[in-house]
Amino acid sequence: MNFRHAKTFLLGALALCFLISLFQNQINSYWLIISYNIGINVVMAVSLNLINGYTGQFSLGHAGFMAVGAYTSAVITNQFDQLNFFAANGIFLVALLAGGLLAAIAGLLVGLPTLRLKGDYLAIVTLGFGEIIRVILQNTDFVGGARGLSVKHPWTNFFWTFGLAAVTIYVIATLVNSTYGRGFIAVRDDEIAAEAMGINTTKYKVTAFVVGAFFAGIAGGLYAHAIQFLTPNGFGFMQSIAFVVMVILGGMGNAVGVILAAVLLTLLPEGLRMLAGIEHLPGIAKAHPLGWLGGTRMIIYSLLLILLMLTRPQGLFTFRNSKLKTKN
Amino acid sequence: MTEFLQQLINGLALGSILALIALGYTMVYGILRFINFAHGDVFMLGAFAGFYFAPEIAKMLPTPSILSGLVVMGISMAICAAIGIVIERLAYRPLRSRPKLTMLITAIGVSLFLEYTGQFVFGAAPKRFPQILPVFPITKLGGLSLNSNQLIVLGVTLFLLLALRFIVLKTKIGMAMRSLSFNPEAAALMGINTDVVISFTFALGSALAAAAGILFAANYPAIDPLMGILPGLKAFVAAVLGGIGNLSGAVLGGLIIGVTETLVSGYISSTYRDAIAFGILILILLIKPSGLLGKKEIEKV
Amino acid sequence: MSALLQLEKTTIRFGGLTAVSELDLQIGQNELAGLIGPNGAGKTTAFNLITGVYQPTSGEISFDGQSIVGSKPYHITARGIARTFQNIRLFPSLTVFDNVRAVFHLHLRGDARHALWRGRNFWAEENEIAVRVLELLEIFSLGKFRDELAKSLSYGDQRRLEIVRALAAKPKLLLLDEPAAGMNPNEKVELMRLIQFIKDKFQISILLVEHDMQVVMGICERIAVLDYGVKIAEGAPEEIRKNPKVIAAYLGEETKV
Repeated sequence: MNFRHAKTFLLGALALCFLISLFQNQINSYWLIISYNIGINVVMAVSLNLINGYTGQFSLGHAGFMAVGAYTSAVITNQFDQLNFFAANGIFLVALLAGGLLAAIAGLLVGLPTLRLKGDYLAIVTLGFGEIIRVILQNTDFVGGARGLSVKHPWTNFFWTFGLAAVTIYVIATLVNSTYGRGFIAVRDDEIAAEAMGINTTKYKVTAFVVGAFFAGIAGGLYAHAIQFLTPNGFGFMQSIAFVVMVILGGMGNAVGVILAAVLLTLLPEGLRMLAGIEHLPGIAKAHPLGWLGGTRMIIYSLLLILLMLTRPQGLFTFRNSKLKTKN
Repeated sequence: MTEFLQQLINGLALGSILALIALGYTMVYGILRFINFAHGDVFMLGAFAGFYFAPEIAKMLPTPSILSGLVVMGISMAICAAIGIVIERLAYRPLRSRPKLTMLITAIGVSLFLEYTGQFVFGAAPKRFPQILPVFPITKLGGLSLNSNQLIVLGVTLFLLLALRFIVLKTKIGMAMRSLSFNPEAAALMGINTDVVISFTFALGSALAAAAGILFAANYPAIDPLMGILPGLKAFVAAVLGGIGNLSGAVLGGLIIGVTETLVSGYISSTYRDAIAFGILILILLIKPSGLLGKKEIEKV
Repeated sequence: MSALLQLEKTTIRFGGLTAVSELDLQIGQNELAGLIGPNGAGKTTAFNLITGVYQPTSGEISFDGQSIVGSKPYHITARGIARTFQNIRLFPSLTVFDNVRAVFHLHLRGDARHALWRGRNFWAEENEIAVRVLELLEIFSLGKFRDELAKSLSYGDQRRLEIVRALAAKPKLLLLDEPAAGMNPNEKVELMRLIQFIKDKFQISILLVEHDMQVVMGICERIAVLDYGVKIAEGAPEEIRKNPKVIAAYLGEETKV
């Protein structure tokens, strides 16, 4: 990706998304939902890549941030009834941003106490935070608790999904590919050396969490207004692990790889389903961006994960030992 | 007061089960500096092994009885010890020289694999664990009404802890385990076969987890392939609470979490039950990350 | 002339072990000093104290007139102290170019928002940084490796890169931790020339921890000797060379010179 033209890319992508969304009613609704899932998963994976991939903070609680964003945005938009085009999109944007903001605050709350932790410990603590968020949601009647929350307005469309995906990619790519952004990778590679070279590792780690969580919250908002029903169990650590797998499959810190991995892992179950010619695969067939937790799919999935770690831990799409493009 | 004592004993029983699982985490971490994410699922496999073997044993021995219960537990422990060795050999040993993150992710993969293969093979719906241990009420002074389950849990746990202590302190392989946990390179140079010791450690931890599985299933007879997730996580928290790598710490941590969870669930709110362990985890990592009985490891610059 | 770096009765204890005891040390402006002593004498610990990795149990450390006790390492680097490490600590997944470039964030006038906006100011500054990074690399003949991953360099080149990276921080005091370790005699001569060159060109002070006596005696203007955390001698190379306490510390017994 040539970052000299990053802004052009962004504007072009937004325009394209807008155009496509005007015709989105022509697209089969089944594939439309899948495309939304792709967009949402891309946002989740790319935002997690900032935390896990670039900064090396192994976070297993990313779905928790998504939950915060999903519920926040849903609560806000549920306050309104039918609105005209401009009001609806305006409110939607505000709701999404609010979800992202609250998720960012959650990211701050997770990032700050975990600063001293490394590797395994950090992973478990972030998982713990994710679980705490889930339990809190389960016990908060205001958002439906365990019974779930209905989302009134199906306002997610092609433009919002892929437009925001483009924004996410833009923000994180431009952030990291700058002199400032090299600091994230320095923190990942060698924290002590980074500190010695004047890098405020605390600030970088917290920034990674906050920015990553913000976009996860946005993804949550998109998800809420696509699927129209939220339950706390839909945001447990299984989902967090799924996003982690995308980052690992794509190669930690490999922006393009992670995007490809997100797309691949979203399409894979659909591909398997079509190959087998079945409507439903056994197991928990709950509607979810991955839509496929349970059944033989997870067995294959977990075996793939193990095999990947044994044979190609740098990810499927990394070809030079996680070298990161440094073109200016 | 009796209510409180009742809850306390319930908590200690739960804590003992957590302690048995926690020991496996802490032993593996002690020698490999690695968290075996799949350990909680070995606990689950232990319960299922018991589920499938209990009817066979019931044909041969009077059931329910202490004897048949112990035999089932023994079989289950042996099976899980073997499973532990196999997992280590296939999934973890090849990665020993790689970064810890790779091993953690592989462990997650193994965990998912065990859970979902379990769902596929055993079926996702909960099964009722057969009654292999006798259940009879024991009335103590002050009007406490306990049943034998808690006492059996405490008794078996105590026995296993003593056996473990004997192995670790008084046998050659136990000494090898300890020296590995202090300094793997030096241990290898001293002629200790690290592969064998590591396998043994996994076997030991898995056997204890299996015992925990049986004890748990005897008390909460609904078993399902995902039953190991939460106890596994809580046991991990217990190990960290006590000081990861420290055996006594694992036991202490397990008991503390078991008691805390039971008391909070009984007196304050049962809906936040599962979050308590995580809350404790975050607290301990903020206040004393090396755990209650652990030592600080200084990173050499 | 006031000292650039001043340690006064600096002590650090780890549990029962006193790693550095009541160390008095002064480095002046544009001075090339050495810190030597047998293994385990506390030399790297002294470095870690100066750079803020460890906090002293008691005593004072001041730099450029201000106390730096309690300051975080990145803050101390911003004040003007940079270091290399005993076991090379480059950023392995970054290129040679980026290893140096990452340090330039210290001198950034813009910040993250500029990176996002990608306006003219951003590109101007990035280009300026790129020029400076290449300049530095070229001075040390590493320019041709600019796009190679740091970990793919030869050992000697990695050591040089680490020094270049430290220089990118524009320090007033450069701490070199065993820069000659693992080098053959030719490389050591090169290194001595390099260190002298750095001192002259960049007009900075350099404090060297080193085992190799040829290097230390060859370039240091002043040498301090540590043994078991205590400073046992200080002075010009010729004095140190003949000091019986120093010899005893290294050889464990008194010998005639």
